[in-house]
Amino acid sequence: MTTTLPALSALAQEAQPAVGEATGTASLAWLLFALPAAGALVLFLTGRRSDRWGHWLGLLTVVASFVIGLLIFLETVGLAPGERTRELALYSWIGSGSLNVDFGLRLDPLSLTFVLLITGVGSLIHLYSVGYMSHDPGRRRFFAQLNLFVAAMLVLVLANNFVLLYLGWEGVGLASYLLIGFYQDRPAAATAAKKAFLMNRVGDVGLALAIFLLWLELGTTQYNEVFGRIGEVPSGTVLAVTLLLLLGACGKSGQFPLQSWLPDAMEGPTPVSALIHAATMVTAGVYLIARTNPIYDLTETGRLVVALIGVVTLLIGAIIGCAYDDIKKVLAYSTVSQIGYMILAVGLGPAGYALGIFHLLTHGFFKAGLFLGAGSVMHAMNDDVDMRRFGGLWRKMPVTFVTFGLGYLALIGFPFLSGYFSKDAIIEAAFAQEGWQGWVFGGAAALAAGLTAFYMTRLMFMTFFGERRWEKVPAHNGEAYHPHESPATMTVPMIVLAFGSVGAGAALYPVLPEWLAPTVGELRELEGGALPHAVVPWLVVGLSALGVLAGYLFVGRRPVPVERPERVSLPVRAARADLYANAINESVVERPGTWLTRILVYFDNRGVDGAVNGIAAGLGGSSGRLRRLQTGFVRSYALSMLGGSVLIVAAMLAVRFA
Amino acid sequence: MNAANDVVAVLAQEAITAPAVDGIAVAPLLVVLGGACISVLIEAFLPRHQRWPVQVTWAGLVIVVALVSLAGYALGSPQPVVTLGESLSVDSPTLFLWGTLLLLGIPSLLMIADRSVEPGGAFIPSAAERAASRVGGGGTGGTGGSSEHADRSYGLPGQAPTMQTEMFPFVLFALGGMMAFVAANDLLTMFIALEVLSLPLYLMCGLARRRRLLSQEAAVKYFLLGAFGSAFFLYGVALLYGYSGSVRLSEISAAAAGSTRSDTLLFAGLALLLVGLLFKGSVAPFHTWTPDVYQGAPTPVTAFMAACTKVAAFGAIARVLYVAFGSTRWEWRGVLWAIAVLSMAVGAVLGLTQTDVKRMVAYSSIAHAGFLLLGTMAITPEGTSGTLFYLLAYGFTTVAVFGVISLVRDSEGEASHLSQWAGLAKRSPVVAGVMTFLLLALAGLPLTSGFTAKFAVFSAALSDGMAPLVVIALVASAVAAFFYLRVIVLMYFSEPAADGPTVVVPGAFTTAAITLGVLVTLLLGILPTPALQWAGAGAFSG
Repeated sequence: MTTTLPALSALAQEAQPAVGEATGTASLAWLLFALPAAGALVLFLTGRRSDRWGHWLGLLTVVASFVIGLLIFLETVGLAPGERTRELALYSWIGSGSLNVDFGLRLDPLSLTFVLLITGVGSLIHLYSVGYMSHDPGRRRFFAQLNLFVAAMLVLVLANNFVLLYLGWEGVGLASYLLIGFYQDRPAAATAAKKAFLMNRVGDVGLALAIFLLWLELGTTQYNEVFGRIGEVPSGTVLAVTLLLLLGACGKSGQFPLQSWLPDAMEGPTPVSALIHAATMVTAGVYLIARTNPIYDLTETGRLVVALIGVVTLLIGAIIGCAYDDIKKVLAYSTVSQIGYMILAVGLGPAGYALGIFHLLTHGFFKAGLFLGAGSVMHAMNDDVDMRRFGGLWRKMPVTFVTFGLGYLALIGFPFLSGYFSKDAIIEAAFAQEGWQGWVFGGAAALAAGLTAFYMTRLMFMTFFGERRWEKVPAHNGEAYHPHESPATMTVPMIVLAFGSVGAGAALYPVLPEWLAPTVGELRELEGGALPHAVVPWLVVGLSALGVLAGYLFVGRRPVPVERPERVSLPVRAARADLYANAINESVVERPGTWLTRILVYFDNRGVDGAVNGIAAGLGGSSGRLRRLQTGFVRSYALSMLGGSVLIVAAMLAVRFA
Repeated sequence: MNAANDVVAVLAQEAITAPAVDGIAVAPLLVVLGGACISVLIEAFLPRHQRWPVQVTWAGLVIVVALVSLAGYALGSPQPVVTLGESLSVDSPTLFLWGTLLLLGIPSLLMIADRSVEPGGAFIPSAAERAASRVGGGGTGGTGGSSEHADRSYGLPGQAPTMQTEMFPFVLFALGGMMAFVAANDLLTMFIALEVLSLPLYLMCGLARRRRLLSQEAAVKYFLLGAFGSAFFLYGVALLYGYSGSVRLSEISAAAAGSTRSDTLLFAGLALLLVGLLFKGSVAPFHTWTPDVYQGAPTPVTAFMAACTKVAAFGAIARVLYVAFGSTRWEWRGVLWAIAVLSMAVGAVLGLTQTDVKRMVAYSSIAHAGFLLLGTMAITPEGTSGTLFYLLAYGFTTVAVFGVISLVRDSEGEASHLSQWAGLAKRSPVVAGVMTFLLLALAGLPLTSGFTAKFAVFSAALSDGMAPLVVIALVASAVAAFFYLRVIVLMYFSEPAADGPTVVVPGAFTTAAITLGVLVTLLLGILPTPALQWAGAGAFSG
């Protein structure tokens, strides 16, 4: 690996594809984000007048985007691989001296893949939301914000320069903030939104600094020029850029050490959790690293850090996921863990970029499906999320059960479903690394696969099987539970996504790496490493089977207490406390920050304000005294003029003759 | 003096050759002065009740024709010419200043002509007329809605509290004087122009319909101190003639550059000359008249005076320093540094404790005079263009400010005490909003002309090696911003007084004047490039 690195990086740079002008259908690419943006604008501006039809408009704009995206995709597929990278310059966005940024779009295999994912899954989730939000008085506002999100996310992936990417990056952050805090009357939602926003800002600062650094070194923010000339940048700076980009990716994608906002973000409506916090926005970090692969190709250290972050996160997510009883939080930690896999994959460099995107796509299908299923369960269960109150629901909601079950099987890597192809490929690539990295990365990834199987099996048993615990207790709002299957607007998207969960892996596995090659380079299969390729699938399937078995033994076979047991072992306690992530954040960041604020406020009050007030008082006092000179008598005015004249004449002569 | 040489020359030739006149170049000046003379005739021959409409139309026509002829001449990007026996220099700054003066003349004239804000117009010649007006017109009730009275009474001579229509020839003469002042190529022409512009202003100050004693006191003060200042100016001219043997600016410059004569006359002369000029520009320590006169004069006249006199005075200062004393700048610059600092400090600090809006703006104008001095001291193209742009921007903002001030009234006339402005935004959000915008422009916030103007002047001063002065100017700007913001805070965050003033709904004239001022302030803040380019089209020449 080390020896091949220079050759690889040279290859990657040469492989920068020629950029063509976008013509034909592709020249309509601006409509992709303009339509949802226009939808959002209309919904925001018309207010209550559009309450009755607003959600259909929101759905329509996203479906239209999907159709356009599909047409552009089909057109691109018809081109030779070398011509598939095209750009569409819309207008000059910022032009000031040496900083010039175009509002331009890059249409290449990577961005088009994301366009289809975002608009496709987005359309399904919009449709689902029509049913899910039907009783909510804020439905129009919800669709406006959801449209805003789709528009911003499309800007993010379509941008052909870093500044425009940043615009989309901030836009999705804003939409995410608004949607997490959608239930404005719940303090928990407001807190979660604020937490997400703040932790995202930490990452955003990293991304912004990376852009500044690139501009400082290269004087441009266009992908083309940056990637073409990144070789001129000193290696230390390249490493700094990759680490800063990684910080941005960690913030947006909920990776260690910025992972703790993502589970809290489940306070938002469930369709939001499915679209933004599972399928699309949180994968923006993976997109960022895959997009900037020419930069990461140059620094092995940078990629190593990326892979380590991914490994740590996937373990954290899997461990904590085992301990929660809240169905959405389990899925959220599962998301954290799965994105950890993707980050690990892109951290492996040319051997993993395409695999990361591959897993991102299959995960988009099955995790969105799982969240929609969870939403369907909540819809049936008076919006409760505590799995200890569920049980035996499979008879009551068969469609939800089947689609959720397929998503579950895909996630745990049941052979020949989506997750089996994408996750196993990553674990294989991890085991194929040389030396300790192969053992550590591969071992952790395989172990987490077993944990995934355990916590998901636990979730399945607690929700759909066993005793009907909801018959014994009233819901949180005091009423009795009346579980029922959800309406068609909700089940149809779940069924469609279930097909994706089953078939996406098998369908994409043979074609995706080749399709993405113009953007992320050829997928390199490494030979050797810690474990040979043939062994890994057996190992992973075996570990997963163990996980399922453990789930059955610990949860499926025993009665589940409705009240959460408090006397539990130390690891469970740690996992329930999010592995103390919040405590660490509080003691390392929040408390010192609070103290720093207090010190600064004190200094500001006493020092700065004191000086300012003192000066102001001094000026006011002198003004009051000087004012008396303005007596209103012409004689004294004339005297002051005369005095001034004498002084000026004297000064002039003094300056001249001194 | 210069005439002596001419007399010798004339005797030698035994024939008087008329001086060459570039009629097209000086047409705007001729139009204004000629129009002023005809305006006097109108006053003499038309019956009283016809004068107002005719005079307003005529004065407007004169200014427009002058502007058209100026534009026609300037658009041909002419070479600088020196004409009228070398007494006037029509160069690029002259054209810009003429344009500025004529453009500022339009809103000033509109405000002076207005008869709806102060029913019947703001000007009457004597207290008796006012008493008559009280009996006859009943317009002293004084707030909006009584314009009907004014219109009706106007048609009935004898009862009518009609305004003094002599105002219009005064305005035209003053404008003509200012235009000659900024174009003067020798000091004698400059002196005559100074008197031509000053005398009508003294008179106009004393014609207020309300608070007549204050108005007349202001007129007398302005006249006495103005005469005093003129005497200094004339003495300075005499000394400079003694030094160089000429009153022509270029010849003074040539003499200063290449002679071995004693410099005492030169610098004493410059000092005295500057006293006269700085007096007109209300620069401390020659500013003492400014607050009293700004407060006492009728507000439309204050607007005219504050905007146009400032343009004329600083146009002349810039020309004198640039053309005649550019070569000796290292000697006099230190003194002007001190004057600029003093002016900025006096304006900013004394403005803090003012309780009258008009006096507050007067102190603000003293501070602005200090800022302007920075631009004139930089003997560079950037300094000249910055000064010219500043004058244009400041003029329009100031006219609009006084326009707004004239609208806030109670039964006694204008309610110019600051406490009366409390809570104005609750009753008149539009007027308060406009005033806020204008005050922010005076404070120099971005997106207003005030920012661009300050930036232009300060950057010119900075690049000409006056960094410490720029720092002081910025501090003074910050201090001055306080009293602008205080008015804004007062308007928006105070409870209105129970029997507070009302805001008159202005007639078309004042509305147009304020709108024009606000639009130019906004436009020069957003799109300053054309005006900056025009201001930088060429340097002073002589």
